This record gives sequence, structure tokens and C-alpha cells, in this order.
Amino acid sequence: NPYAGLVNHLRAAWLSGKTRPIEYRVAQLEALGRFLDEKKQDILEATASDMGKPSFEAYFTEILLCKNEINGTLNNLSHWMKDEHVDKNLVTQLDSAFIRKDPYGVVLIIAPWNYPIHLFLVPLIGAIAAGNCVVFKPSETTKNTERLVAEMLTCYLDNDCFAVVTAGVQETTRLLENKFDYIFYLCSTSVGKIVMAAAAKHLTPVTLELGGKNPCYVSDTCDVQNVARRVAWGRFFNAGQTCIAPDYVLCSVEMQEKLMPALREAITEFFGSNPQESPDFGRIVGDKQFRRIRALLCSGRVAIGGQADEKERYIAPTVLADVLPSDPAMQEEIFGPILPIVVVANMDEAIDFINARPRPLAIYAFSCDSKVVNQVLERTSSGGFCGNDTLMHVTLTSLPFGGIGNSGLGKYHGKFTFDTFTHHRGCLHRNMGLEALNALRYPPYSQQKLGLLTATFEIKRKGMCTLL
Amino acid sequence: MQQIVGQARAAFNSGRCRSLEFRMQQLKALERMVQEKEKEILAAIRADLHKCGPSAYSHEILGVLKELALAMDKLPSWAAPQPVKRDLLTMRDEAYVCPEPLGVVLIIGAWNYPFVLVMQPLIGAIAAGNAVVVKPSEICENTAQLVSDLLPQYLDQELYPVVTGGVPETTELLKQRFDHILYTGNSTVGKIVMAAAAKHLTPVTLELGGKSPCYIDKDCDLDVACRRITWGKYMNCGQTCIAPDYILCDPSIQSKVVENIKVTLQEFYGEDVKSSPDYERIVNKRHFKRILGLLDGQKIAHGGEADEASCFIAPTILIDVSPESKVMEEEIFGPVLPILTVKNVDEAIEFINRREKPLALYVFSNNKKLIKRVISETFSGGVTGNDVIMHFLLSTLPFGGVGNSGIGAYHGKHSFETFSHRRACLIRDLKMEVMHKLRYPPGSQKKVDWAKFFLLKRFNKGQIGLVIFALLGIVAAVVMIKNHQSVLKRKALLIVLAVQRLGWLS
Repeated sequence: NPYAGLVNHLRAAWLSGKTRPIEYRVAQLEALGRFLDEKKQDILEATASDMGKPSFEAYFTEILLCKNEINGTLNNLSHWMKDEHVDKNLVTQLDSAFIRKDPYGVVLIIAPWNYPIHLFLVPLIGAIAAGNCVVFKPSETTKNTERLVAEMLTCYLDNDCFAVVTAGVQETTRLLENKFDYIFYLCSTSVGKIVMAAAAKHLTPVTLELGGKNPCYVSDTCDVQNVARRVAWGRFFNAGQTCIAPDYVLCSVEMQEKLMPALREAITEFFGSNPQESPDFGRIVGDKQFRRIRALLCSGRVAIGGQADEKERYIAPTVLADVLPSDPAMQEEIFGPILPIVVVANMDEAIDFINARPRPLAIYAFSCDSKVVNQVLERTSSGGFCGNDTLMHVTLTSLPFGGIGNSGLGKYHGKFTFDTFTHHRGCLHRNMGLEALNALRYPPYSQQKLGLLTATFEIKRKGMCTLL
Repeated sequence: MQQIVGQARAAFNSGRCRSLEFRMQQLKALERMVQEKEKEILAAIRADLHKCGPSAYSHEILGVLKELALAMDKLPSWAAPQPVKRDLLTMRDEAYVCPEPLGVVLIIGAWNYPFVLVMQPLIGAIAAGNAVVVKPSEICENTAQLVSDLLPQYLDQELYPVVTGGVPETTELLKQRFDHILYTGNSTVGKIVMAAAAKHLTPVTLELGGKSPCYIDKDCDLDVACRRITWGKYMNCGQTCIAPDYILCDPSIQSKVVENIKVTLQEFYGEDVKSSPDYERIVNKRHFKRILGLLDGQKIAHGGEADEASCFIAPTILIDVSPESKVMEEEIFGPVLPILTVKNVDEAIEFINRREKPLALYVFSNNKKLIKRVISETFSGGVTGNDVIMHFLLSTLPFGGVGNSGIGAYHGKHSFETFSHRRACLIRDLKMEVMHKLRYPPGSQKKVDWAKFFLLKRFNKGQIGLVIFALLGIVAAVVMIKNHQSVLKRKALLIVLAVQRLGWLS
């Protein structure tokens, strides 16, 4: 077991209690903030060379949103860590009843490549804030970022309690043989099952942030140009390599007709007439992914874009029209800059279409009629939902971010990350006195005792309350 | 199994269990069932566990009625969408968390409290709007059969089927896809359940067990402490997942502890424990033999009598127990109480931390600081200080394990949350497009600076920060109006509007 030594080292640090005082956690979080400030340029360069990430996007997702999380956590940490006092019943009125926020211990974070800093840093912030020791594994697919993290981030954090592991598939399998107290995994559904099966061997709780095909329903009553802009932004951000990107559009044939020129205009507005030359449009992360996405182009008909350049791993912002459910683009999560439009007759058909498929990470619905948006929301199920926009629900950290079914298990962002890495321990601190009251519960039992016990214990419906 | 689960899923997909009225109706029906069939339920439990009426009522029925009343009372508030704090970018939007049912949930019950351990999760699952497949423990045949007969008489038959059977049936059931599985039982089977769940990415709640330690400090009212411990240890003949499994105490008080427990045992069960109607039996021969085997080579300070025919084991106390002995290897789950001596609380904490995290932890002391210290320096699913078991009975506390003792928690509102998906919802306006232009390409340094301005949570919630923020906004608006009168006047107005609504933010 090649990682046993590392995990044992961290476990020893964990048992020493080093990570528990708030001062320690704050110091580590502040160090993470300094890492983002001081290594900003390196991060932008690494992500640019790994996947042609436009610097505006990289700054926004890898630096700005992460700093937000750090600051939000630092602002609230002492409040989050406090014991949460709970309502008591009659029997426990004189006791102290609270939920203690205990760290789990040594936790593992396995991150994906599409937002290579953000997607391990945000869970890491929560794990540190909750007082755990952390092993984190950045993605091996984005080599430059992986190297940056392994070489530079370690200089900012306490190496006894936080370790970076660089590993490919084989090594990660070995890593998962070790016992961790929590595993946080982000990426694909198929590997998610492998991670959970490995976790089951040690009864390790998990959070899995997976993916799926996020549908985007556009109703007939909407401001087409605004919709086109927001959908295009969400789809082509990071060259489509976003787990919550709108994966495909559902709309009527008339709306498809209206959307096409609007989308064309939005794409030109964003990236100019030749997106390959725009500094604001990204590239596909690797050759394998490039080939996979390119193969999806033979679905429906290419209405906008469709160009591909293998050398640069460039795929143009593409919109496919009249895509059929049986087409290649509808068989898997696209994770690329291709937007298929599937024609449906009306909202009901769109909802049935969505419900016939595995529950996605996000569902989007566009309409000027709020009733339509609410209908789609109420009659479907997904990790999260955004009406009249794409992606934005994940920038609000007071909303939990996570999937359901195939799209994942658990949630994070903001306080939810802290709660994910915290064991909520129910504590009741009783009085040694007033033993006479306890006599009701002791044997020998009798109907009389039972009657009294029932009276003190039972919660009656409102209007028939006891002393409480 | 496929058919049963398929039918439940089809029934769930029909949408009828989503309305609050339907859920309330089912919960009311459950309440009626418990009230009308009380005699039958108590009779089944007596047949399975030799548990007398008042004991069975207080352990199994009272808790269920309490949980039902709570769920029916609180359901509207639990199920309501919860608005969340918005930021500057989303302040004109609706942002809330919407609790939604997960789908088809599987509840696997345990045998030690065969009725309540199936009913309590069921209440939460129904309240959350799910379809539920119920699998009571086959070891308590009478209760399992009764649940299987009664539930279809009172509840919607397609949505809440009961599956009976042993290991083969449960294995078959676990091959099906569920949207959540709640299992109560032991760690070994817990791993099997989680591995089966992993195939479908099904979230799990595992209520397992462990050896729940009980530390008795020298400075405490030993009479009271020992009475409470005796109650918690020997109820249900020790077959309670949160029973104090073993005692840690200073050698100087060991004999006093034994004496006190002996006296209390007599108070509770009389001279002849075997003839007390309030003392239960071991559930079956297999467990009987297992527990008896733990007594080998131990110093028995009290008890030790056993009768295989009736699966009776007397309340037993072992002293001077060695940490390496068999009785300290596995969860006892029987009326055998080992006492181990430790020099002080440091040694006790160290002892506890060297072992797997237990489901419950108990500490008795007059010294509040000591209790706080033990809680802070150890880990466990839950804690009761100066008593045992009681944290289980307060439904505002989440009940569950950690590490080997389990994953997840339930009881009261925590059950509702366990069986719900908290869906994040953000509803925006299709207008106000101008506000969004900041984020669209082409990128620029100016846009980056504005993004920082709007997004970066640099400020403390202090007044000073807000005032500076407001001033900056006004200055920016004025500057923009001056520089770009026509086009950006709209933008400037929006910024002033944004700044004016700062009061919303904190």
C-alpha cells in the first residue's frame, strides 16, 4: 500500500489535535488566500497552457469565486463552529442539549480537471474550516496546474496535516484502499460508483459531485436575444467543459427558428467572427476528449459553427438543430462547446422528455411567464434549478450545490461545505440531581407509571399542549 | 422484488404522494394503526422479546406516537421552500431551497426494537413525500408478520409495500435501485448494504453500533450514576445499540459501583430476576451462546446465571476486565457489564480514542469542566452526560453514528431532511440584461474590476464597511455619469439602485 505511510502520518497529526483550534484553521485559510493572491499569475498561466482557459474566466472561477469562499468562511467560521443549542422537551428542560460540530478526521478530496483549482480548493476550504486533515488529489489531466499545486500550494499549508497526492488512475485506486473518514469526489458517474464502493469497505461517508445532461427548456414567450445570450454564455464558458452547463435545449420548432440568429449574434458578440482567434474562448483539455466531442458533431444538422482544429484542440462554438433523441449528442454528457436543440411540441412534452431521463445536476427554464418556469420546476427533479439564466445559481453560496441520483450525492458551497465535513454530534448534558423525576422510567414497570410517563413525554398536537 | 419496487416507483411517479394532504392522511392513518392495534403490537413484541406491556409501550409505541405527532405538526413548515440570503448579483431574484422527495426509499429494520426501528424512519420517509419499501427484521418473526399485515390495511398499498424474509430476500432487494437506503444493524452488514448502494449511487443512512463507553469519575454521585447506568444497560436485556457497553472508572470506586448496581438491580427486578415480568430474554440461541461465551475466563462480580431453554442470562457484572479480552472485542449487546479500571480521565480518553468511534458515549461527573473535556477530546455518534440513552429521546438532536458506528442521522426534523433532496432554486428575470453584460465576453480589465467590486466578499458585516461600499458605489456612479452620459446613464442608475438596497445584504 504505497500511500499507507502518508495516510498514517496525517492520522498521527490528526490525533495530536493540531487542526482543531480555530486559530489554526484561520491561519491555514488565510494562507490559502495568500496563495491565490501571490500565485495568481502562475494559476492563470497554468490553466491557460493546460486548456487554453481565457484569463477572464480563469480569474473569475479559479481566483475570485475561491476568494469569496475563503472570505465567507473566515467571516463566519466562529459562528459555524459553535455548539448549536436545540429545543428541549419537558423531560430535558433543565439540561443542556446541543449539536457539537466535530471534524471527521483525515479526509480525501479528488478533484476533476475542468476547473482545476476551484474544484479542489472550495472543498478544501470547507474541510480545513471543519478542522480535518486533508489529502487532496488534483487532476492528472491538467498537468501544469497539478504541478503548480504540488509544488507551490504545499509551501503555504502545514505539510503535517495537508498533503497533495499526484496520481493517475492506478495510483488513485491504491489511494482509495486506505481508510479515510470522509471522501469528496468530483467528476464522472462511473468513477463515482467505484469511489463509493471503495468507501463502503471502510464505512466512509461520501459526497459525490457528478454530472449528467442538463436540459434547458426555452418557452415560446421569452425575450429571445437575452435568452440566446445567457444560454450561449453558459454553454460556451470554458469551451463547454462545465458540469452545470446547459447540455441541450428543448424548444418548439418556431422557437428554434428564432433562437438560431439570436445565438449566432450572441456568439459573434462574445467571440467575434472567428472564435478561434478570440482570447476569450477556451480549448478542449486533451486529445481524447477532443476526439470524443468531435464525434458528437454528426447529430442533427450543424446550424452554427462545427469547425474543429485538432492541433489546437479547438472546436468552434457550435449549435446543432433538429437533433433527435437517438443522435450521438444525446447519448452522453457533451462537456464541450456543442449545443444541440431538440424540438418538442410544448412544455408538457419537454417535461416528459426531462423526466424520462436520469436526474441531472441542473435544469434550466426560460420564459417571461413565471408560471411556466414554476411548472418546469415543480414537475421535474434535479440537483439545482435556475430560471431564466444559466450557471448563476452556483455563484450564490447560500444555496447548496449538489446532485441527485446519477448526478450525485451530498452538497457543498459556503456553509454547506463546512457542514459536509463536520459530524453533527447530538449531545445531552444532564443534571445529576432531580433523580426522583427519573423514577418514572425505572422498573418495576406499572400501568400507573406508564400513564405518568406518557403524559410527560408525549408531544400533543397543537391546541392540546402540556406544560411545554 | 423487481415487481414490488417497480410498482412503488410507478406509484411515486404518479405524483400522488407529493401533496401535503396525502402525506398527512398517511401519517394520520399510521397513528390510527398504532392506537387501534396497540394490543396486537405489544403481543407481537412480547412473543419475540419477552418484553412486558409497559416496557414495550414506553420503548416502542410512545416514541412512534411522539414522532407522528411531531411530523404532522411540523410538516407544513418542514416542507416549505426556504428563502436564502442573496448577494448583490442576485438581489432582484428569488433564491430558495426547495425540499423535495427522493423517490423510492428502502428501510431495513433491526430486531432489538423491531417496531420503532422500522416505524420511526417510515414516518420521516412518508413525511418527506417518498414511496417506501419496508423490510422488518426476520429475527422477530411475530413483529415482522404483524407489520406486514397491518401496513397494507392502513396505508397506500402500492406506495408502502412490506417485504419479509431473511438474507436471500434482502440480498435480492438490495439489487434493486432505491433513492435512499436506511439500514439499522451491524457494521458488517452495513458495508454490504453500502456496497450494494454504490452500484446505483444510492445515498445511505447506516445506523450501526459499537462499544459505547461509560466513564464514571471519582467525583460524582455514585448512587444516582449507577442507577441510571443500570437502567440503560439492562433494559431490553442489554440489546440496545446505545446501551453503555462497558464502564471505565478508577480502581478505588470499582467495588462501590458494583455494590450500587447490585442494589439497583434488586430494586428493579426483585430477588429473583428470572421471575420478574420486567426483565427480557435474549432474542435467540445464537446470540445467547455468543454472549455466554464472552464470560469465559472473566471475574464475575455479580450474576452469570443462564438458562438456555428460555434464553435467559442474568444481569451480570465483570470486574478487572482486561482490554484484550474477548468481551472487549465486540459489541456485547447483552446483559453483561465489564468494568475496566483507569487511573484518571486522561487514560480514559486515551482508551476511548484508541478504539473505533462508538455510537454513544457516556460520562458521569459532578465536574462540568471534566464532562466538557471528555466531549471535546473524544468522538462518538452522540453523547449523554450524567445519564445514559436520553439523547436518543430528544428528537431535536440528530441521532446517528460516525466512523464504524454509522453514517447519517435521523429523528424528528433530521428524518425529514435525510429523506429529502434540498434543491437549490434561483429564479431570475429575463430583463435587466444590462446587469449581465459584465460577465459576457469579450473580457477586459474593466470588467474584471467591476466583477471584483460586485462579487468579492471583502467586507465584514460592520457598518464601516457598508458605508465605504456605499460611498464607492455613489462615486462610481457619479464618475460614470460624468464620463459616459448617454449610454451608461442607465448603468449608473442601476448601480445607485444597487447601493441603495445594501440594507438587504446583511
